[in-house]
Amino acid sequence: MKVLITGITGALGKMVAELLTARGHTVLGLDRRPWPDAPAGITMFQADIRKRPAEEVFRVHRPDALIHMATVTHFSAPHEERYQTNLGGTRRLFDYCEAYGVKQAVFVGRHTVYGAAADSTLYHTESDPPLGGSTFPDLADLVAADLFAASALWRMPKMKTAVLRMVYTLGPSRRGTLAGFLGGKRVPAVLGFDPLFQFIHEHDAAEAVVLAVTKKLRGVFNVAGPHPVPLSVLCRAVGKPHIPIPESMFGHLTGRFGFSNLPAAAVNHVKYPIVVSAEPFVAATGFAPRWDEAATMESFRWA
Amino acid sequence: MAFDKEVEERLESIGLPFNRYGIDPYGISREHLAWFYSTIKPLYRHYFKVQVEGMENVPKAGRALLIGNHSGGLPLDAAMVVASLFFDHDPPRHAHGMVEYFAQKWPFISPLFSRLGHVTGLPEHADRFLRDERIVLAFPEGARGTGKLFRDRYRLVRFGTGFARLAMRTKSPVIPFAFVGGEEAVPTVMHAKRLAKLLGAPYLPITPYLLPIPLPVPCKVVFGQPMYLEGDGSEPDDVIAVQVTAVRDQIEELMRVGLTGRDMPFPFSNEMPNHLR
Repeated sequence: MKVLITGITGALGKMVAELLTARGHTVLGLDRRPWPDAPAGITMFQADIRKRPAEEVFRVHRPDALIHMATVTHFSAPHEERYQTNLGGTRRLFDYCEAYGVKQAVFVGRHTVYGAAADSTLYHTESDPPLGGSTFPDLADLVAADLFAASALWRMPKMKTAVLRMVYTLGPSRRGTLAGFLGGKRVPAVLGFDPLFQFIHEHDAAEAVVLAVTKKLRGVFNVAGPHPVPLSVLCRAVGKPHIPIPESMFGHLTGRFGFSNLPAAAVNHVKYPIVVSAEPFVAATGFAPRWDEAATMESFRWA
Repeated sequence: MAFDKEVEERLESIGLPFNRYGIDPYGISREHLAWFYSTIKPLYRHYFKVQVEGMENVPKAGRALLIGNHSGGLPLDAAMVVASLFFDHDPPRHAHGMVEYFAQKWPFISPLFSRLGHVTGLPEHADRFLRDERIVLAFPEGARGTGKLFRDRYRLVRFGTGFARLAMRTKSPVIPFAFVGGEEAVPTVMHAKRLAKLLGAPYLPITPYLLPIPLPVPCKVVFGQPMYLEGDGSEPDDVIAVQVTAVRDQIEELMRVGLTGRDMPFPFSNEMPNHLR
């Protein structure tokens, strides 16, 4: 199978690419950033998904499947650029898929679309509404991208579309949202709150993405690894001081004094849990994470 | 930290799947449980001298929905019923309480409830726990029940119907129970509405001695026989209402049993409130 991966130079993208080539698939990579030491068997195209060269990749190389991971999540990126890439880019890619006969598209999204609030359920199912934007407006573009990608399910019925809502990835690459949060000298917590954090080892995450493509999934699926643990336990296990800060001071201290940076509006994500149930994904693919919570945290700690 | 020896022993057989950090999939922490049960033991055994009747009605394994009367201004009844399943049921079982939404916004309280397995009272939560063969403890009177005044003691207020549909949908037995003593332990004479609003609570109980500190009133938990509600939970409201009334009547009957021949908390109080005679 010929698989096109957008956002291939991200930590997860590289792992997915290597897994696929190791299993005999042909991998095409599309990214704004270069991947100079890409392994043999991976053809790189350095281009923006919003620009014309991206369409040329579809036109000339005719991939069988698309794995779309080129979304911008770091909140330092300008607002407009995030919308253009996350929504405009996604739109273009899905249009190309339809125009050039791609049979399967996988959108790799995040479990944070469900949002964190006092009354949110533990173990969200895919039928829960994505309320992420209500408490954390900066997430609105990602929530929209997730729902927009899923609209391909009815807009492009000939293509199989899978939207993955993946929990935080964690592992030796030390990349990703949670790794960034745990990466500062001190981890800021909100005094009086200790939510469950749910994460998956990055190798398991890559395996899950590969399974979604090879098992030709169709639908919206939560993807999770081992059971969640409270933030305090997570900090202890990765050897980072867990410093509770009164909520009123939280936004003033993050990003300073050795505290990891975090957008002020993300405070709910440090107060309340976002935990998903991944039973339908497991039933559809037979996925079983190989790294438990302890091994995952250790692999991050000692990398 | 050293915890009560009996608590440590009983925790060994509580049957929760703790991981190596002592956390179960719902975030219950073994250490928090040890602390909680050690703290509550003297209250359960000596302060409220809780007596239990009908414990054999609570299944030794598998799902069950415990439904009872709410009282006392503070969820003291919930704590004592949870303690009774831990100390006086063999093997000890952990009951998951369904917590009012407002309490989940309070710092310290919210994570404490979470670590003890008491989560926001959403139907999704109860559903999941029951399908996971656990025990769910719920008070269909909700905050209307704990907010009852002393003069309305042992008078059941309107029951929510969610529990009946839940039991039917998940094919869980309903174990009705009465908690006796809670009404006298925190005799609420009025509510502090303004202060409650500040705290985001629906009410704040005021007692004759002002603070809602529970008095050492002997308490009793009476469990009734399991009730298997017929249907699959898709029935219209009027059908469900019949089932709810049946459970409610059963709880009222259990309150009569519990109130009969008990040690009177105050010299001036009647054994049986008029409406139960």
